[in-house]
Amino acid sequence: MIKHITLPLTRELSKTLHAGDTVYLTGDIYTSRDAGHKRMCETLAKGEKLPFDPMDATIYYVGPTPAKPGQVIGSAGPTTSGRMDAYAPTMMSVGARGMIGKGARQPEVIEAIKKYDGVYFGAIGGAGALLAKCIKKLEPIAYEDLGAEALCRLYVEEMPLVVIIDCEGNNLYEEGKNSYLKSKE
Amino acid sequence: MREISVKTLIDVVEKLCIDANQYLPEDVKKAIKTCRACEDWDIACGVLDKIIENFEIAEREDVPICQDTGMACVFLEIGQDVHFIDGDLTEAINEGVRRGYEKGFLRKSVVKDPVRRGNTGDNTPALIYTEIVPGDKVKITVGPKGFGSENMSAIRMFKPSAGIQGIKDFILETVSAAGPNPCPPVVVGVGIGGSFDKAALLAKKALMRELDSSHPDPYYADLEKEMLEKINLLGIGPQGFGGKTTAIGVNIETMPTHIAGMPCAININCHVTRHKTEIV
Repeated sequence: MIKHITLPLTRELSKTLHAGDTVYLTGDIYTSRDAGHKRMCETLAKGEKLPFDPMDATIYYVGPTPAKPGQVIGSAGPTTSGRMDAYAPTMMSVGARGMIGKGARQPEVIEAIKKYDGVYFGAIGGAGALLAKCIKKLEPIAYEDLGAEALCRLYVEEMPLVVIIDCEGNNLYEEGKNSYLKSKE
Repeated sequence: MREISVKTLIDVVEKLCIDANQYLPEDVKKAIKTCRACEDWDIACGVLDKIIENFEIAEREDVPICQDTGMACVFLEIGQDVHFIDGDLTEAINEGVRRGYEKGFLRKSVVKDPVRRGNTGDNTPALIYTEIVPGDKVKITVGPKGFGSENMSAIRMFKPSAGIQGIKDFILETVSAAGPNPCPPVVVGVGIGGSFDKAALLAKKALMRELDSSHPDPYYADLEKEMLEKINLLGIGPQGFGGKTTAIGVNIETMPTHIAGMPCAININCHVTRHKTEIV
């Protein structure tokens, strides 16, 4: 199924998405990867507020290249999501619902996706030049000292993604491979 | 002795860093397009189309193909009749990387300490491998290496009794365990022989070899073909969404080893398998 989704990613909206769906996402998303996630979770552990409102938010695991003059952002493909597994359940517990990245997730993350009606989207790994074209606005929010890992708000238009794990825990990495192999039997 | 100023190398390395990150080598582009033509799984075709569109945008607009512009691996084949003048060779290579990554708007991804972290801010130090060869020329290859795929690599010290079957199983097991993480379709570099360290270097060097070339020994050339076919029967597919195209190439490099051992290293690269060479 091809779906066009406008953010924020409410619980109701998230429930309509299924593993294997092609999704074109429009709206505000937030960038963060290893060091940014570590800081956000430390902030939450201290009982302090995050630099943005995480409710119904979608986080893009990305560390872009520096923008050339005239560009909104440099090349901006997804980074390996598994490195954020230690932090993802905490982020979801405060309302963050969508995650954009690539690669497998740990069982704890899949449990959290089911518990909080989250969704894990895959962007094409390596396709940084193509994905940058969908990013129309960039606004730094915090952690600018982290360089490529700074926390930013991005406005994206029709960002091409695939639902990898849906809120029922269906996983395209297993189902896609299995149905392909079955078709060859 | 032919005298070469290390200053010449700064400019060459700078250019190679930028070009390697913006222009995918012809052999890699050809391999991806050939796989697209053979792919028959819908979602896989869609992904491969976007991968092709991506490297075409990068080439047309002079932007990096991927945001992970890698750790700069620099291979130098130095003719034994060359005398470097005007400074420090290692520093010259690092200066080339520093300038290339700044001028090319490439992401600086190197941290100064493996545990305590902290970005060096200029993507140095480069990983430099030198080899002394006959002649009076210097062959420089820059292969930026992303770590999404690097993290999925593996090495194993086999007993000789494991034989070729042990190696075949290890390759399939490693690619299978990597699954979607290294951004398939991947290129698989395999190093067999030498020692613990040499096998890993052979595997990395294998990634620098053209995909339309093969091992000079027909035994290993056949093994490359066989492993490519077997990997593509795993069903992982582009990005791990399922399909025929899990790898676009398997390159094997070998060398003699000890009677007691059979080291084997597997270095995985993503479909953005970058490398660019120049001879000075």
